[in-house]
Amino acid sequence: MTERERATRKENDAPENEAVQDSSSTRGEEVTDKIDDLLDEIDSVLEENAEEFVKNYVQKGGQ
Amino acid sequence: MLRRVIGTEVEYGITILNDPSFNPVTASALVVNGYGDGSDRISWSYDEESPGRDARGFSLGEVPIDETDSGLVNAVLDNGARLYVDHAHPEYSSPECVDPLSATLYDKAGERVMQAAAASVTRTLAPHQRLVLHKNNSDGKGNSYGAHENYLVSRSVKFGDIVHHLTSFLVSRQILTGSGKVGAEHGRTSTGYQITQRADFFEEEIGLETTLKRPIINTRDEPHADPALYRRLHVIFGDATMSEVQTFVKLGSTSLILMALEEGALDEPMKLDSPVRDVRRVSRDLNFNEPLRFKDGQRFTALELQWKFFELAERFTATADISPVYKQVLHEWRDLLTDLAQGWRAVADRLDWAAKLKLLEAFRRRDGLEWSDAKLRLLDLQYHDVDPNRGLYHKLVSGGRMRTLFGDDEVHRAVSHPPAETRAWFRGEALRRYREAIVAANWDSLVLDTGASTLVRVPMIDPLRGTQDLVEELLDASPDAATLIRNLGGDDD
Repeated sequence: MTERERATRKENDAPENEAVQDSSSTRGEEVTDKIDDLLDEIDSVLEENAEEFVKNYVQKGGQ
Repeated sequence: MLRRVIGTEVEYGITILNDPSFNPVTASALVVNGYGDGSDRISWSYDEESPGRDARGFSLGEVPIDETDSGLVNAVLDNGARLYVDHAHPEYSSPECVDPLSATLYDKAGERVMQAAAASVTRTLAPHQRLVLHKNNSDGKGNSYGAHENYLVSRSVKFGDIVHHLTSFLVSRQILTGSGKVGAEHGRTSTGYQITQRADFFEEEIGLETTLKRPIINTRDEPHADPALYRRLHVIFGDATMSEVQTFVKLGSTSLILMALEEGALDEPMKLDSPVRDVRRVSRDLNFNEPLRFKDGQRFTALELQWKFFELAERFTATADISPVYKQVLHEWRDLLTDLAQGWRAVADRLDWAAKLKLLEAFRRRDGLEWSDAKLRLLDLQYHDVDPNRGLYHKLVSGGRMRTLFGDDEVHRAVSHPPAETRAWFRGEALRRYREAIVAANWDSLVLDTGASTLVRVPMIDPLRGTQDLVEELLDASPDAATLIRNLGGDDD
């Protein structure tokens, strides 16, 4: 099987996913909203003072 | 049926927040001693170990155990794993597993062990302090620590053949095995983001070293099994991966290539012109279009090269009598290579480096951050935090953004139960049943005190014996250690 055939097969395997992405105009905004929710959630658990944490994170070399 | 014994060993990054007197060796010892209740701890015995043995045929003599590698801070776990302090890091060495799926499960169980240990130590610290463990390989400041893969390989394969075939495989598989890193270090050319944590640290094609001048192919030859039958290929060239699919494909594809090599199913090896430089080239090529030059003048990208290895493995598997798990390896491997052609976003649900990059790009867009911003470096580190409430990998999984292979209960069980198909079962079960009689354990033996005048060493030289199938009946018929020794055919007097 050549790489082109492989790529074609993959496209044939997943036409529905692509169709959903193409046909829904609101989907892009929903995805952004969801990502923003995730970023907010991460902000709430991120170690305080990034500068300080990164500066102090020094490991001894290992294997 | 063709099988292979596989295991992983991971050194975790360690820190204690708000501890001005933080010492990584002391803290790592706290982690090992803090796991479980510690009162019935079984120690590791070094008697049979010789990490100085070299696959190229000569021996450097015994490598002295480093003073930071304290033999006292060393434990055998109920699942047959080893938990200890290595080079100022807590390390989890998985039990011997019989296929890449089982090895992935027990690698994941190691994260759970570390998570429990970190929580347990934190409870003993001052209220504003917290012990944090990262399953990563670099501090971003030029210090690296390893995540090693071990494959038991037939002694009949010439080591030179392993070197020639595996070098271009390992260099190209970085696109599947990287866990991603912000920036460059160790004096390397700067970059915003790269695919692997470890690429900046490799300086040689082949060698025995693991802590400096790291080689792509490590020659340590310490099989923990009959050396006439096996060598243990000690792969130090890889990142610690949190994604289960990724760990599975990393171990499974490498094992398949070794199997094809053992069965004489590989063509002439493809030799890279400058493999050490190519390591960094591949790690920085986020779109996989950089061609690598071969000694015969041909040029292929890492992705094209991986397709070649995939096709070799697929062809070999079609006719070999092989564990069905490897069909699953081929399936996942093919899907990843196919999707990589669409760009890294298409694999962000399965590869750590792509998942992390997607997250970092989202933060960059929202907050307008440059690659040099400390927040991105913190996000990079915290991706690997083993604490499920803080680790960003865990946030992606709980949000349904990354695929997993195992249910929570499976991982939980693997923390306290050994795999059934190797000698790890005997180790773990003996520990559970005869704990008070066990003096020490290591990969290939157990030392028992049955109350007789001398201690008894039970050798376990074959990793594929001591399985549940082979010894469960015997253990069931042995209510105590003295009976066990008698039933094993030994004499405890």
